[in-house]
Amino acid sequence: MSPLRNVLHWLDERLEWDDLIALLRKKTVPLHRLSYWYFLGGITLFLFVIQVLTGILLLLYYRPGANEAFESVQYIMTQVQFGWLIRSVHSWSANLMIFTAFAHMFSVLFLKAYRKPRELTWISGVILLFLVMGFGFSGYLLPWNTLAFFATKVGTEITGQVPFIGKPTMIFLRGGEDVTGATLTRFFGFHVAVLPGIATVLILFHVLLVQRLGISVPPRLELEWSANPSAKREMKFFPNFALRELMAWYIALGVLGALAAIFPWNLGVKADPFAPAPAGIKPEWYFLFMFQTLKLIPAKVWFIDGEILGVLAFGLVGLLWVLLPFFESDHPSHLKRITGLSIFALAYIIGMSIYGHLAK
Amino acid sequence: MVILQNKTRRLAIARCLVAFGLIVFAPYVSYGQTPNSCLDCHSALPEPLGVTQEKFSQDIHAQRGLTCVDCHGGDPTSDDPDKAMSRKAGWKGKIERKQIPELCGTCHSDPAYIRQFNPSLRTDQLAQYHTSVHGKRWAAGDTKVAVCTDCHSVHDLRAPSDPRSTVNPVNVANTCSRCHADANYMKGYSIPTDQFAKYSTSVHHDALAVRGDLSAPTCSTCHGNHGAAPPGVDKVQNVCSTCHVFQAQMYEKSSHKAAFQSASLPGCVVCHGNHGIVHPTDAKLGTGPDAVCMQCHKPGDVCDQARAALLTDLGRLDEAINNADRVLAVAESSGMEVSEARLAQSQARDSLTKARVSVHSFRKDLMDQDIQSGLSIAAKDLQAGQKAMVERNYRRVGLGMSLIAIGIVVAGLRLYLKRIES
Amino acid sequence: MPTHTQDIANAGDPLSSPLPRRRFAEVLLGSGFLATAVAFIYPVLRYLVPPKASDLGSDAVVAARVGDLRPNSGKIFRFGNRPGLLIRTASGEYRAMSATCTHLSCTVQYRDDLREVWCACHNGKYNLDGRNLSGPPPRPLEAFDVQVKGEEIFVRRRREA
Repeated sequence: MSPLRNVLHWLDERLEWDDLIALLRKKTVPLHRLSYWYFLGGITLFLFVIQVLTGILLLLYYRPGANEAFESVQYIMTQVQFGWLIRSVHSWSANLMIFTAFAHMFSVLFLKAYRKPRELTWISGVILLFLVMGFGFSGYLLPWNTLAFFATKVGTEITGQVPFIGKPTMIFLRGGEDVTGATLTRFFGFHVAVLPGIATVLILFHVLLVQRLGISVPPRLELEWSANPSAKREMKFFPNFALRELMAWYIALGVLGALAAIFPWNLGVKADPFAPAPAGIKPEWYFLFMFQTLKLIPAKVWFIDGEILGVLAFGLVGLLWVLLPFFESDHPSHLKRITGLSIFALAYIIGMSIYGHLAK
Repeated sequence: MVILQNKTRRLAIARCLVAFGLIVFAPYVSYGQTPNSCLDCHSALPEPLGVTQEKFSQDIHAQRGLTCVDCHGGDPTSDDPDKAMSRKAGWKGKIERKQIPELCGTCHSDPAYIRQFNPSLRTDQLAQYHTSVHGKRWAAGDTKVAVCTDCHSVHDLRAPSDPRSTVNPVNVANTCSRCHADANYMKGYSIPTDQFAKYSTSVHHDALAVRGDLSAPTCSTCHGNHGAAPPGVDKVQNVCSTCHVFQAQMYEKSSHKAAFQSASLPGCVVCHGNHGIVHPTDAKLGTGPDAVCMQCHKPGDVCDQARAALLTDLGRLDEAINNADRVLAVAESSGMEVSEARLAQSQARDSLTKARVSVHSFRKDLMDQDIQSGLSIAAKDLQAGQKAMVERNYRRVGLGMSLIAIGIVVAGLRLYLKRIES
Repeated sequence: MPTHTQDIANAGDPLSSPLPRRRFAEVLLGSGFLATAVAFIYPVLRYLVPPKASDLGSDAVVAARVGDLRPNSGKIFRFGNRPGLLIRTASGEYRAMSATCTHLSCTVQYRDDLREVWCACHNGKYNLDGRNLSGPPPRPLEAFDVQVKGEEIFVRRRREA
């Protein structure tokens, strides 16, 4: 036997993975007009791995702490060999990952892959989406520049508006009443320990479920294929789909590298808590639609403060979003309703983001 | 009847209490307010006799416990106008303009008296006033010239440190301009009335009134306040040199000092103006409309050549700095980190500023030192910027190679897939 | 599906395929993987090696070496993104402060004749603690802490809460 085969046999005797491998060989991916959307989940996972790797590299030089954070990032950008590349890849990949996470969620929504038996996959996925946005929010503060400082101030301020639990939550997030070095330390802890820990568990759960339950097919196609089994078209996951995914990942890597080299992430100006906020502070693009909505709500709606109403509304929508599969049934009109809701949600998010970007 | 009796009794007791209270507490209610019947009537009268309690409470004299009678005399305790404003009670009536300086001086030139209120307040204002142009004309009988109340206001006189005071540094120019910019009022005097207009365009006005830099000069800084008079043609540079030390030192040692003095020309003012002093540019050394040298010198003479040399040097340094700035800006916008070079640029700009200061020596050799140091710094910064651009290109080449490698992988994967699926 | 006898004969040996495309794809893939692996691993390896310029943060900077300054003299050094002024007093002790004048941001200098910090732009003067004494400057210069360690003179920003 060839040396490789010897090693594999040795491992199999100790890990007993032959049946697992047999299972993986059988895994298939449905082929239809909309199959390309299936790549999004894998790309999001790939970008997450990129984040972990570049994040670990950045950890070797980054110093959390109000008086050192900015300078350590400056050091990475200017003194460390290829530090500019690692940091810019990390920043760009973060934004790309949030984008693909949203796209993945919407594609699952439109392809209706959240239906039974995949409700738990959906729930874990939506929570992962929230975690990913939390990653973005906490990571954004870490370079401790003016924009990040004030964006964090505004963002945590809005959290504080929620009745009863808002203020304690805000103090918990900020590590005090105001945004200070304590906030930075706390956000650093969230960003490199708490969130990665929770996210890893949820990702494993999510991916495991996908493996066990297989890849879903849109309802109409499902009906078609159950009526006419010979029309069903599939592709083996290993090696065919996997290699295609590898291609997508390499292309994503190329895009990341180009973005990092041509548009390196800028440093900004070190945060000065005593300086007044610059005019027109806006959060990062993935929060823009919420931010813009809050700006448009009138100051008072009946007797409720407008901003509080907005925050509560988004909270409610978030909760309902997690529980979306339970509003679904096979009743055709229900299906149409959720499709309509999905289209509205997508249009709203895109529209509000553009509006928020253009508004002063 | 019983009820009525009780009510009456209660009313009576109440009245007693009120009367008692008034008698006991009246002194406390009016504590700190010396009796002042003047305002009782005059607060209701129209201008020019009207002075409201509100207006007078702003006055620093009122806040120190002085009242109307301390300047106007009279009896403040009486409500009867005839008694209050009787000559027997010392009433002086409206104080004539001619009498104002001496009236104010009765207290403000008395150190022992003023010491009771503010020991560090000066008491030489009247003496200074007598030396001023205003004071001299006043002594000659001119009633149009400024007296104390014209500048300091009256009845709502505030301390100069109060931003609302008419003599707060930020407001001084406006106060002076009330007369000095009024062409009608100044008819009959031989001085121009464009000073305020010119000053409003000046860099000093911008610093003081717009930026709030209280170290910037206003009218009284150069002319004096109580002893206000123009500095005198040969003393102008002393005034300017209070702040612009370096330029004055250079000028003092230069050829122009002697030349201007012998021609009775007012030093700094010859090139920079007096009231409308704008930020000087290198064009002053040129041959265009802003040029000052050619007002005296002839084209082609040795001074003209020196001027041209100075201008060329300054231009060279300015261009070198701008050049480096441009390259650094491009490098920075491409994502290169050039903050060290940017910091060094500020030192190059400092050299340019120093070179412009040494123009006042009118000697190329003195200016050369600053020019050379500035040029070397700018050259180094330009180099740093160019290095950054090289690094940037190196990054792009690296990116290109990685993209090619990725392209090869993607192409290879495609081919491989095609093969295993055929 | 093999159609040539040659293929059937060589079916078990994938490397001796007569079809050049097979070889080409594998070579392409192999070299591509290698190239990309190098392109990714090379920067990471360089990154892992700490740079020579040590990172003290903007808090501390080596302003000069012992012996650089005579007593009663001053030197401008870089402190973060701004200039700093290191003074060695006549009695030999070191003082450090920001060198950006608080009036109009010119760079100040140490005057050994006045034994004060002086700004050439408008004659502003500060004492050796950085406090503004006369002239236009409205605020003192920010004072820094100086520590001599061995041959090097460290200047660090005063710690705030």
